[in-house]
Amino acid sequence: MNIEVRHPVRAQKTRYGIVDCDIHPKLGLEDLRPYLSNQWWSYLQTYGLRPRHGFATTFPMPKITPQAARRDAWPPGGGLPGSDLPFLREQLLDLYDMDHGIMNPLSPTGQGDQNPEFSAAMAFAANEGQVEKWTRHEPRLKSSVVVPYENPEASVDEIRRRAGNRDYAQVFLLSRTAEALGRRRYWPIYKAAMEAGLPVGIHVFGYSGWAMTNSGWPSFYIEEMTEHATGQQALVASMIFEGLFEQYRDLKVVLIESGFGWLPALGWRLDKHWERMRDEVPHVKRPPSEYLRENFWVTTQPMEEAEEPEHVVDAMKWIGFDRILFASDYPHWDFDDPVLALPPSLTEQQRAMIYAGNAKKLYGLS
Amino acid sequence: MAKHVVAAAGDIPPGSRKLVEVNGRAVVVFNLDGEFFALNNRCPHKGGSLCEGVTTGLVLSDEPGTYDYSRKGEIIRCPWHSWEFDIRTGQSWCDPGKVKTRQYPVSVEPGTRLVEGPYKAETFPVSVEGRYVVVEA
Repeated sequence: MNIEVRHPVRAQKTRYGIVDCDIHPKLGLEDLRPYLSNQWWSYLQTYGLRPRHGFATTFPMPKITPQAARRDAWPPGGGLPGSDLPFLREQLLDLYDMDHGIMNPLSPTGQGDQNPEFSAAMAFAANEGQVEKWTRHEPRLKSSVVVPYENPEASVDEIRRRAGNRDYAQVFLLSRTAEALGRRRYWPIYKAAMEAGLPVGIHVFGYSGWAMTNSGWPSFYIEEMTEHATGQQALVASMIFEGLFEQYRDLKVVLIESGFGWLPALGWRLDKHWERMRDEVPHVKRPPSEYLRENFWVTTQPMEEAEEPEHVVDAMKWIGFDRILFASDYPHWDFDDPVLALPPSLTEQQRAMIYAGNAKKLYGLS
Repeated sequence: MAKHVVAAAGDIPPGSRKLVEVNGRAVVVFNLDGEFFALNNRCPHKGGSLCEGVTTGLVLSDEPGTYDYSRKGEIIRCPWHSWEFDIRTGQSWCDPGKVKTRQYPVSVEPGTRLVEGPYKAETFPVSVEGRYVVVEA
C-alpha cells in the first residue's frame, strides 16, 4: 500500500512565491576535488581540515540528529541530506512551490581554516562546486560566494571573481570569526561586497577558536543552540560601533539562523548607552537602532515560538516587516515549514513581504 | 466511527511501526511488545511525519547527575524538531498540557470475525486463518 504522507504541493490559499533564504546544500570533498589543484588535494589528504578550534575534527558537541538533519531528509538513493538535487526539489522547492532558494553551504568549505591559502583554495572550490552541482541545473537556486574571511585579501579576490555573475546572490560569512566582525581587518570584504552589489549573509556557526560564552565552553548542545543569538548580538554591536555603516552606508547585512526576538531589546540597550557615551564613539553619528533598521535584515528560522504569538508580532513590528526574510534551514532538523511557520495574525501583505517580497528586492530576484 | 482493517498482525512485528491510510488520513500503527497503538501521523507541532521518527524512552532525573531511563521504545520522536509523544496515549512530552497527537482505537481481530463484518477491508484481502490489525476511525 502506498500512502501519500504529504500532498505533492503544500500550497497555501494565496501563492506567495516563497524565497527560502537558508538552504544548506551538501558538497562533499569529492565534489570540490575538480576545483582544487593537485597540490591542495594532496594537502587535504595529508593534513586535512584545520579549523580554528583545538583538536576539533568533528562537531564540538553531538547534535540532536545525525548530520543535524531532518530524519526524513536522507535521499532515498543514498548520500547525505542536502546532497541530491532531485530529492531537494521534491522535498522543498516543488513541495512548497518556491520561486527561489538561497544556498548557504557549510562544511566542508574551508571557511576559518588555520591555513589562509588553503582556506582560499577551498572557498574557490566551494563556489565553483555550488554552480556546477546546483545552480547550473536549477535556476531557482542561487549560490553564495563563500569567502575565506580570515584572509581578507583572498576574500576580495573571490568576491571580484564572482561579481556580476547572477548565479551568486550574496557574500557568505559565518558568525564565529577570529575577531569581532566590525573590526577593520574585515572591511575590505564589505567594500568588495558593496562594489559587487551583493548583500553579506552572516550565518551562525563556524570555528572562531574562542569559546562561545563569556565564561568558557558550554556543557550542552542546548546551550550552544541558544548562544548563537548572543554571538550575533556581539557582531551587530561591533559593526555599528566600529563605524562600518558610516563608512559603507549602503552595506546590506543579513543575519541568518539566529532568530530575531532579541533584536528589539538589543536596539533599546545600544541606543540607551549611545545617548550617554557617544563621545567614546564620535564616528557613530546616529542612534544604533537606525543602522539596525537600515543596514540589517533577519531570517525567520529558527522561528520564535512564544506562548503568545502576538509577542512575536510585536518584535516583528519593531524590526520592520520589510527587514524579515523567510528561511527554512532545510535539510536541518530544526527546519521551519513555510505553511506553519509564521504567526497566524499577520496580514496578507505582511506575509507576502516576509515569504518573498523582501528577499526578491534585497537579492534582486524576479 | 468505522472499523478499518489496515494490516495483517504479522506485518507489524513487535518494535516496528507501519504507516497506513484510514479514511484518507495517514495513521501510524505501532507494535509495543504485542500491543498495538495508532496515532495520527502528522506531528501537531509543525507537521512532521511521525512514522519517520525514531523511538526512544523516557529520560528522567530527580537531581543533576542521576538519570533514569525507562519505557524504552515507547516514545516516538518527530523526525523534524524531536518533539516526543507517548505512543500509548499520544500525549506530548514537550507540552503535555496543550498538545496531544490524535490516537485511534486499535484491536487485533481474527479473520473469522472480519469476514462477517461490519469491517471495511476493501483494500486488504482477509482470510479466515489470519489475525488482523483493525483501526477505528
